[in-house]
Order: sequence, then structure tokens, then C-alpha cells
Amino acid sequence: MNVLRSSTLLRNLAATAIFLVIGFLAVYSVDEYTAGTVAKLALYICAALGLTVLVGGNGQISLGHAALMAIGAYTMAKFLPSRTDDFGQVSIGVIVVGLILAIAVTTLVGAVIGVAAARLRGPYLAGATLALGVAVPGVTTYFHDTFNGEQGLPIPVPRLPASLESAGWTIGHVVALIAIACAAVALLLMANLKRSAVGRHLAAVRDHEISAQLCGLSVPREQVRAFAFSAATAGVGGGLLGLVIQGANPHSFGLVLSLSVLGAVVIGGLGSLRGAIWGSIVVVYLDLILKDELKVDPNAPAAAYGLLLIVVMLAMPGGIQGLLTRLGGRLPRRSAQPQGGN
Amino acid sequence: MERFILFTVNGFAFGAIYASVALALVIIWRATRVLNFAQGAQAVASAYVAWSVTDATGSFWLGVLAALVSGLVIGALVQLTVFRKAESMPHLNAVIVGVGLLILIQAVLGMAYSVETTRTIDAAFSSSKWQVAGTPLVSPQDVFVLGSVLLVMAGIGYLMAKTPVGLRMRAAAFAPDTARLMGVKVSRMLTLGWAVAGLAGAVAAILVVPTSAELTPQVMDGVFVLGFTAAVVGGLDSLVGAVVGGLGVGLVLSYTSGYLSSDLLYPAALVLLIVILLVKPEGLFSAAQARRV
Repeated sequence: MNVLRSSTLLRNLAATAIFLVIGFLAVYSVDEYTAGTVAKLALYICAALGLTVLVGGNGQISLGHAALMAIGAYTMAKFLPSRTDDFGQVSIGVIVVGLILAIAVTTLVGAVIGVAAARLRGPYLAGATLALGVAVPGVTTYFHDTFNGEQGLPIPVPRLPASLESAGWTIGHVVALIAIACAAVALLLMANLKRSAVGRHLAAVRDHEISAQLCGLSVPREQVRAFAFSAATAGVGGGLLGLVIQGANPHSFGLVLSLSVLGAVVIGGLGSLRGAIWGSIVVVYLDLILKDELKVDPNAPAAAYGLLLIVVMLAMPGGIQGLLTRLGGRLPRRSAQPQGGN
Repeated sequence: MERFILFTVNGFAFGAIYASVALALVIIWRATRVLNFAQGAQAVASAYVAWSVTDATGSFWLGVLAALVSGLVIGALVQLTVFRKAESMPHLNAVIVGVGLLILIQAVLGMAYSVETTRTIDAAFSSSKWQVAGTPLVSPQDVFVLGSVLLVMAGIGYLMAKTPVGLRMRAAAFAPDTARLMGVKVSRMLTLGWAVAGLAGAVAAILVVPTSAELTPQVMDGVFVLGFTAAVVGGLDSLVGAVVGGLGVGLVLSYTSGYLSSDLLYPAALVLLIVILLVKPEGLFSAAQARRV
């Protein structure tokens, strides 16, 4: 235990391993339909992990994260179709390359947006990112030859390795496995980031820009970095969503998605990585339970998490993770900030 | 030339609507330094009230009246229930509370009004253009839209600048502690400000919904973004700026979508917004101000 306590990397590796085991067990034990839900949950976690670093970790905000996710998905849709086999499927290796490409492109775009964002504060940034999210359908329609407008582009499914197929697995399971693996990598990287010098720089800028500046930090540089990190995970999340819905189209990456991911981050607890996981579970399963199981009004999940957003922000800004920490009866170990915790 | 006139008139008509949304945002921003992201959704709620009243009574103008009253009431309610607490919180929290309210209002509207019925709100007047020397110029509806927004701006301007209530509202916004010592009920003034903003939003909804195919809970999402752009162009702090910003944004976007492509409406708004924020972040009509930390 002492080793775990002293080494951040080991502790984070252990947490990631636990996440992976739970995730793989979840995929292993469910049918294809539920595997789709697991994949959705994992890709929400991906996007939420980055957004929580941006909002909670650096004090910026994005109401247009779905636009970045769309870039990830469209990158996949441009890269994968020319690399299919005779059955129109692509190997897992190619998908991994596609995801890495998606990360690279979104990180680049995120950094560019970050340069503009670094000059904006609070509500201005929120409004500008909202405008970014709203602009996506127009761009895809205007550049119809590249993005195929409202219809969007198809994304091929991964090929099922023969060994898995004989074990009764389906393509849905494979997609879920890929998503879980991506979420685990994102979790590991973000957890290390938070405890690294860079992560502390981000937090310093969040807490007090002038003090951070006096310590020799470049505020805009840290803000651009935060935007790039969050864009990277949004790119993976978007690429994965493209795999799940087998395509990239503006409708699937609209305002609803932006606000759901933000909702997950806030409900889980701003700035907390574990919170991003709890929040994603809440958002994904609220949707599932209210819409598919209870068959209440299709608007019920949105009403529920809109209300949750308000209540959490007004009554318990620490979100679920903050509540857990308080229930656990212990103070945050390293940080007195309510937005701290891991 | 005919096209140019058409785009200009349309630009003014739509610009007036953006100006109305911008007015609502500016009133609240001046009073509380909160940017109300639920403003569009509140306005849609007023539009649904208008539809229900018109549907029940058959009278268009009764519906409009109901929308205006509901705008006031919803604005006040929103401030009393949610934003009274959020106002004193950091910017980020207030933004997120606004977003939560936006999601909640849209979802509740979606639940209350089933998608099976197609709902529309008629334009108050004819949209066919008057011809001048063979060229279609403006329609009665264009004049109505522009006139209503100018009337709302003039009304709000008069209220703020010339009446005792307006004086108290300004005092409460700019020096709450001093105002409180002078006997102004600051919280009541803030509520009133939110109510007036709700009214301006409701006006925008009544004017914009006839231009779209159908009344849906999401119908104002885009208009809200354009209204925000207008408010930022005008400087977020100035009522005149909001109207000039709205008309300016309306013109720029009308020319862009007219001469280039209508797909470019929101992308152009984004570019305009970013350029303004980077070049002149304080807007065209706002006094320069150091960033508060």
C-alpha cells in the first residue's frame, strides 16, 4: 500500500487496471445490444474526462464540445472507408490508426480554438463555443462534397477476429472493447496529467490568473494546452461515437451532445476524473432507463438532467464525487479546493 | 439591385429580432453580470403560451398579449427561483445553471406539447412586399417587426432613463450596497430587470417563430446564438449597442447568406463573433473596462 501511496503513476496504473477489468467484464457478460450501451458509456467517459480537465481543471468552458467530437468522427469517416476488406470491414489495427489520426486532427483544431479561447473569459467563451457548436451543420452542408451535408459519411465496422467470433462475440462487443480501452488510456493519461507539473499549472491559472502569471506561467499557453487536451479526448470520443453509430453526421453531434457531456462533467463533479465517470454513468443510464425501460416521455431524461445540472450547481457544486468525499468523511487529501480531488 | 434591396430589408427585419434577444441579454448583463443562456428557451416558452391562447380563443392579438405577460412572469420566476442564488456565484456556475435551465425548459415544453401536432404562429401582418416602381420593397410584416423592436427599445430606454423605477434599477445594478442604504429594494429591482428581459425575449419569439416552419422547443437555439453575437458586437453593456449590433449582425448575415450561401449563416456568425471578440472584445458601444479578477 505504501508504494501505491507514494507513486502517482503506480496508483493511476492500478486505477486504470481496475477500470479495464470492470469494463472488460461488463462487455464479456452482456449481449450485443447492451454492449452498445457500454460503448456509449465509454465514449462519454472519454469526452467527459477531457472536458472536466478544461472546465474544472482550468476554469474554461465549452458549450460546443460536440463540434470537436464531430471532427474526430469525420476524420475516421475520411480515413477508414478506403481501407476496408472485401466485406466492407476494417481491421482493428486500422481503426486504432484512425483513432490516433482523429486525436491528432482534433488536438490541432482544439489548439487553434484554444488560441482564440485564451482571450475570452467566462460567458464570452461559453457563447463563442456555443456558436461553434451551432455552426457545424452549416459547414457540413456548405462543403457538401467533403462532408456530404445532412446525410453525413458512413464509417465501416471493425472486422471480428475469427477467434472471438467462434467464442460467440459480435462486432458490437469489439466496438465496446475498443471504447473501453480508449477510455482507460484517457483515464490514465488525464490522471497523470492532473498530478504533473502541467496539471498544476492548469490549476494555478484556474485559481488565480495574476498569481500564476507572477509565478512565471504564461496564462494563454496553459489555456491553449487545456483546450488541446480536452480536444484530444473529445476527438477519441467522437471517433468512437462514429464507430458506434457507423457514420458521422451533423445531427448526431449537435447541441444535445455538447450539453450532455457538459452535464456529465457537472453532475459528476467539476474537475474530478472519477466524477466524470460517475456523471457519464448518470447521463447514459438516465437516458436508457427513462426512455427505453420505463418508456416515459422521450424528453424525460433531458428534463431530469437539466434539473440535476441546476440543483448540483446551486446546492452541491462538488457534484457526485464531492458528495462521496463528504460521505466518506475525509477531507480531500491534497487540495483544499472544492474542485480538487482526483 | 433588386436582390440588394431584398437582402437589406431582410437583414433589417431579422436584425431587429436579434436585437430583441440582445436587449434581453444586455438588460440582465447590466444588472447582474450574468449571461442568461436560458433566454432563448424562456422566449420559446412564451411563444407556446401565445400559441395556446390563440388556439383556445382564436384571437392572434390575445395570444401576443399573453406571450408578453408570460415573458414578464417567466423572467421574474427564473430570477426568483434559480438565478437569485446563481448571481452571486462565479461566472462559470451561472453559465452552467443557465444551460441547465435551457435543457429543462426545452424538455418540459417537449413533454407538455406532443410532437404529433404541428404548431405555427402566424405573422401579424402580410409578408407580401409593397412594390415601389416595380421593385418589391418592404412588407407590412417587416415594418411591424422593426417597429416593435424599436418600440421595445424605446420603452425600455425610457423606463431606465426617465422613470423613478428605472433610476432605482440602475442604482441597484451599479452600486447595490449604496442603493440598499438609500432604501432601494435591490433584490426586487433585479427581479424586475429579469422580468423586463423576459418581455424583450418574448417579443423576439413572437417575431421570429412565424419565419420558421414550425414552433418547436429548439426553434430559438440558433436565434439565441445570433442574439448573443449581436449583444457582443454592441458591447453587452449598452441598450443602443444591442439594437445597432442586432441590425448590423442582421445585415452582415443577410448579405452572406444571400450572396454566398444560406448554409453559411451560423458559420458566418461564428466568424463575426470571433473577430469582434479578438479585435474589439469590449464591443462597439461599451466603455473600455479592465478585466476584473
